[in-house]
Amino acid sequence: MNWLTSFVRPKIQTLLRKREVPENLWHKCPACEQMIFHRDLEKNLCVCPHCGHHLRIAAARRLDMLFDDGAYQKIELPKTAPDPLRFRDLKRYSERLKEAQARTGLQDAAIVAHGRMGGRQVVVAAFEFEFLGGSMGLAVGEALVAAGRLAVLQGAPLVVIPSSGGARMQEGILSLVQMPRTTIAVNQVKEAGLPYVVVLTDPTTGGVSASFAMLGDIALAEPGAVIGFAGQRVIQETIREKLPEGFQRAEYLYEHGMVDMVVPRGKLRETLIRIFSLLCDRGPAGEVVALPRHDLDIPAREAVPGAEAAAGPASPTPPLP
Amino acid sequence: MRHFLDFEKPIAELEGKIEELRHLGDDGRLSIAEEVGKLQEKVTRLIRQTYSRLTPWQRTQVARHPDRPHFSHYVARLVEGFTPLAGDRAFGEDRAVVGGIGRFRGHSAVILGHEKGADTEGRLRHNFGMARPEGYRKARRLMRLAERFRLPVISFVDTPGAYPGVDAEARGQAEAIARSIETCLEIRVPFVAAIIGEGGSGGAVAIAAADRVLMLEHAIYSVISPEGCASILWRSGDKAEEAAEALKLTAADLERLGAIDGVVKEPLGGAHREPEAAIDAVGEALEAALAGLRAVDGGVLRAQRRDKYLRMGSLGLSG
Ligand SMILES: [Zn+2]
Repeated sequence: MNWLTSFVRPKIQTLLRKREVPENLWHKCPACEQMIFHRDLEKNLCVCPHCGHHLRIAAARRLDMLFDDGAYQKIELPKTAPDPLRFRDLKRYSERLKEAQARTGLQDAAIVAHGRMGGRQVVVAAFEFEFLGGSMGLAVGEALVAAGRLAVLQGAPLVVIPSSGGARMQEGILSLVQMPRTTIAVNQVKEAGLPYVVVLTDPTTGGVSASFAMLGDIALAEPGAVIGFAGQRVIQETIREKLPEGFQRAEYLYEHGMVDMVVPRGKLRETLIRIFSLLCDRGPAGEVVALPRHDLDIPAREAVPGAEAAAGPASPTPPLP
Repeated sequence: MRHFLDFEKPIAELEGKIEELRHLGDDGRLSIAEEVGKLQEKVTRLIRQTYSRLTPWQRTQVARHPDRPHFSHYVARLVEGFTPLAGDRAFGEDRAVVGGIGRFRGHSAVILGHEKGADTEGRLRHNFGMARPEGYRKARRLMRLAERFRLPVISFVDTPGAYPGVDAEARGQAEAIARSIETCLEIRVPFVAAIIGEGGSGGAVAIAAADRVLMLEHAIYSVISPEGCASILWRSGDKAEEAAEALKLTAADLERLGAIDGVVKEPLGGAHREPEAAIDAVGEALEAALAGLRAVDGGVLRAQRRDKYLRMGSLGLSG
């Protein structure tokens, strides 16, 4: 396969597909089941104008919404071994991969981009749920590592926007070890003193939630997003009782102290810009005031017993017997 | 009462026959003793044959064998003065993860692991080794304690997975696992993990992101249980056997994929046949791994551990 077919064609396909969507199309809201005119839905950032339900959106659309003027640079990610286990269930994994690549125009389930957000350089890694449920395997791990490195290199905050069912089963243990791997990736950003903000979107579950997604300096969540470790069906089968109302939704996590804010999609960009500004532009430094030196010059050796207490503040209350 | 697995039926029958003959042989007739000897050889051959070509699904059964030694058996035999420490200091005490301080081969260490429980009562008390957030938060606390006193950490992994319950989710199961993994990767002390039975998904890796990860020959370590995988990808739990095959969850596979660092051979017929021999073999392997780490500076250990996991996936895929 040459460079042209492997890289350029998928991009062209994306462009074509975008134009294929008829302008007069109607969508049905999965939450309130009302019909929404395509253009209205687009204008409203894929949030239902009737009930406020946040529909899942493509990773590229996320980037369009977040960066200044929708302008950003996508980075090319290092290749990883495709189908390392030669996995086959009802279908070959290699075929599932190819189909997902053709359908989404992406190499795998995460894309990494950098650009300006409120004038500030920011790195974003966004998940594409349409790509095998946004599942995390080698390529997604690689994307997170690359995003972390880029953020450190640029001295930029990192935003990760998961939308993922969890680990990619078809990559077996190699998907599981992406949990420690991505944990290191985001911690390198934090250790460099840079903000790491996660935007938990629908869904963030399994191995993705139990690694980098829960380690943000600040955790934002989109309204109604399902966020949790175990799948609801598994829990239901285990406990055999009805799940509580709103269980594992963003608002439920907020109530349980697991996220900082539930932020509607329309407010996401300004919220991120404000957070970065507050964390990174700390305002004018305080005036440097010289400490009166003599207060600190306590000669350790020559000190006369009792002299320190006399020079210091009033003696503390003696401990009670 | 010895438990026999389905595929061990021929072994069970032969051993039953030997038992019968032994009863008959009380009168000391030579021919019976001879017969018993012959059958004994035959059964050994049969066990060797069976266990040399276990399928991944059979191995899954062995890994979950009720007579297989558990965390507490390892601690009883390998650790002196084990002093269990309880609680996550936030909500509760989760007995699915047991941990404490003790002496391993003359050296103080923090020892922790999943405990599945041995009988019905024990299994309920330990929730079948399925931890809630408190279990992982306790693990994290103990790893921090180890770092403070510069003690190595030894963890024993044996869990079907983290507990899937409403309470666990409400108290942040995902966050607890993520923090536990994070702590594994942060501590500046030697850290060795042994997968002794089932290494079930995130609940396992939470205490297994170590400098050296050892695995018993018939243990399994997987991103999802074969049953869970089958029900999602094959849309039928009956396909667990195929899923086990496809997931590459055996020790040999994982070593080839670079996900673990060493395989510990089990006694003939599996750890459940000779628990003490299995425990001793794990003890030897743990000591060998720790010996190579004790002299290394904590910061270097941490850096190497992180580097190992950071590279996992981009390299280590030659298999
Ligand atoms: Zn609606």
